[in-house]
Amino acid sequence: MGFWIFLGLLAAAGAYVVGLYNGLVRGRNETRNGWSQIDVQLKRRHDLIPNLVETVKGYAAHEKETLQAVVEARGAAVSATTPAAAGKAEGALTAALGKLFALAENYPDLKANQNFLALQEELSSTENRIGFARQAYNDAATRYNNRRETFPGNLISGSFDEAELFEIEEAGERGVPQVSF
Amino acid sequence: MWEQIRSNRRRSLFVVAAMGVLLVAIGVALGSAFSGDASGGLPGGAVAFGIWLVMWIVAMRRGDDIMLGMARAREIEKADHPVLFNVVEEMSIAAQLGRVPRVYVVDDPSPNAFAAGRDPEKACVAVTTGLLRILDRDELQGVVAHELGHVKNRDVALITTAGVMMGSIVMLAELGWRVLRVSGRRRLPRSSNREGNGGQAVLMIAALALIVLSPILAQLLYFALSRRREYLADASGALFSRYPEGLARALEKLGGASEPLSDKSKVTAPMYIVAPLRAARGIRAGLLATHPPLDERVRVLRAMSGSADFRAYDEAYRGVAGRSIVGLHSLEESSRVEVRPPVAGGPTPLATHRRTREASDAYLSASGYVRRVCTQCAALLKIPSSLAGRELACPRCRGRLAEVEPG
Repeated sequence: MGFWIFLGLLAAAGAYVVGLYNGLVRGRNETRNGWSQIDVQLKRRHDLIPNLVETVKGYAAHEKETLQAVVEARGAAVSATTPAAAGKAEGALTAALGKLFALAENYPDLKANQNFLALQEELSSTENRIGFARQAYNDAATRYNNRRETFPGNLISGSFDEAELFEIEEAGERGVPQVSF
Repeated sequence: MWEQIRSNRRRSLFVVAAMGVLLVAIGVALGSAFSGDASGGLPGGAVAFGIWLVMWIVAMRRGDDIMLGMARAREIEKADHPVLFNVVEEMSIAAQLGRVPRVYVVDDPSPNAFAAGRDPEKACVAVTTGLLRILDRDELQGVVAHELGHVKNRDVALITTAGVMMGSIVMLAELGWRVLRVSGRRRLPRSSNREGNGGQAVLMIAALALIVLSPILAQLLYFALSRRREYLADASGALFSRYPEGLARALEKLGGASEPLSDKSKVTAPMYIVAPLRAARGIRAGLLATHPPLDERVRVLRAMSGSADFRAYDEAYRGVAGRSIVGLHSLEESSRVEVRPPVAGGPTPLATHRRTREASDAYLSASGYVRRVCTQCAALLKIPSSLAGRELACPRCRGRLAEVEPG
């Protein structure tokens, strides 16, 4: 009798540990999935920028500094891989883009260019998407981290890495291109 | 959100069961009335059930296509309307749908929108051209977010199932009505000879009552489904777009639009974001309304100050209606979500039009034009100063023109 109770308890404990472990794996996958969502949008944003720079050059070629800043910020953002680094680089890129769009205000021909308008819409839509995907990612990452660090998850989470949160630096984030007519 | 999904499943099950009972009852009544005694009831019920089963299977497999077809929606591609496409993609990311819904446009000057599709994987969003014409980007985002809220809460599947059921009941009741009229006329002389036909007369009356009442009952059940859902979809819309003001403004504009939708089917009415049918007044309005009053929805959205999460919506709703609306579990899970700043997306075509008009008005009044309004059709006319003193007829309706104070 006692043996069976012991066996039952052992089985229950085993099932509990398996459940705990699987929960951690699920959390990690959710977090990875969330990050890949952001990553897709970041790539999209990086792909749009050369096009934008070319278009602006056609109208305002002598604004070299601003254009150069955008190109450099893009380069830094492309090479960033971790969420924390990406957040920093994207913030700088957003700020540089903000300057570029502010500059476009001085060029009525550029502002009326269909290609430019389309790119502007695509870029601001991409920024929105990054914002919405960020919310989902950070929620998933926080849930996963909590599960990983709190008891009893912390007993078996040795092989699970902590998930970094993705925060675009404040100054850049608010710099969504403002257009007034 | 699982709470809403589960409660939806329970309610749909209840509604589907209740409607099923109604349907079979009609079948039984029809069968016995047709055959003249109670023995016809069983096959009648079976036939009714069979009809419904076939329709339900069709609805489950092709329901979204049927709904979209009824609304005369056509699928568009990104090149047709990039902003709408972008907004749908943004909102499906925010709603974590996994797949971007297909986008449809309905050629209709009345601004409205709806969602279709059995599950989130097969979702579609349809908007009218009238909606695209008057809304700016933030408002459009609010509307799309509201529709994806319906998709996420599994409202769409429920509306499809219940809609098909209501359609079958109405169809059968109409058929029964015809059958009864024909057979009633034929049998009337025979049933008056009191040969055990008292039972048949009672049966006939019961069948008649059922046939008259069940479409109304089915409609009540159907409409009761959709009202609470609109609030919940508004809550989801505010959360997904993180900008309740956008949805509030959109609802205001949609409510202010005068053109009625050309799709006036009662079956499709509950899927739209604002009620496409002109609302009845009084008690009927309360029972038969497919949507809660717009100004209340707007007031709730405006009352969520600063944050866009379910908790904020629930508090705002309590402030307006005095009770809670979001499920307890969803409230516990809801974390605070800040409202985002509005996107300056450029003026809408309508805003541009208004500005042009203001400019031309300013020019006209500077050159001595006077404003006159027609007492009959309320048309506002600007008349050159040389004609100012004279009695003039309205060019639109021939009514009398009255002077307007310059304001």
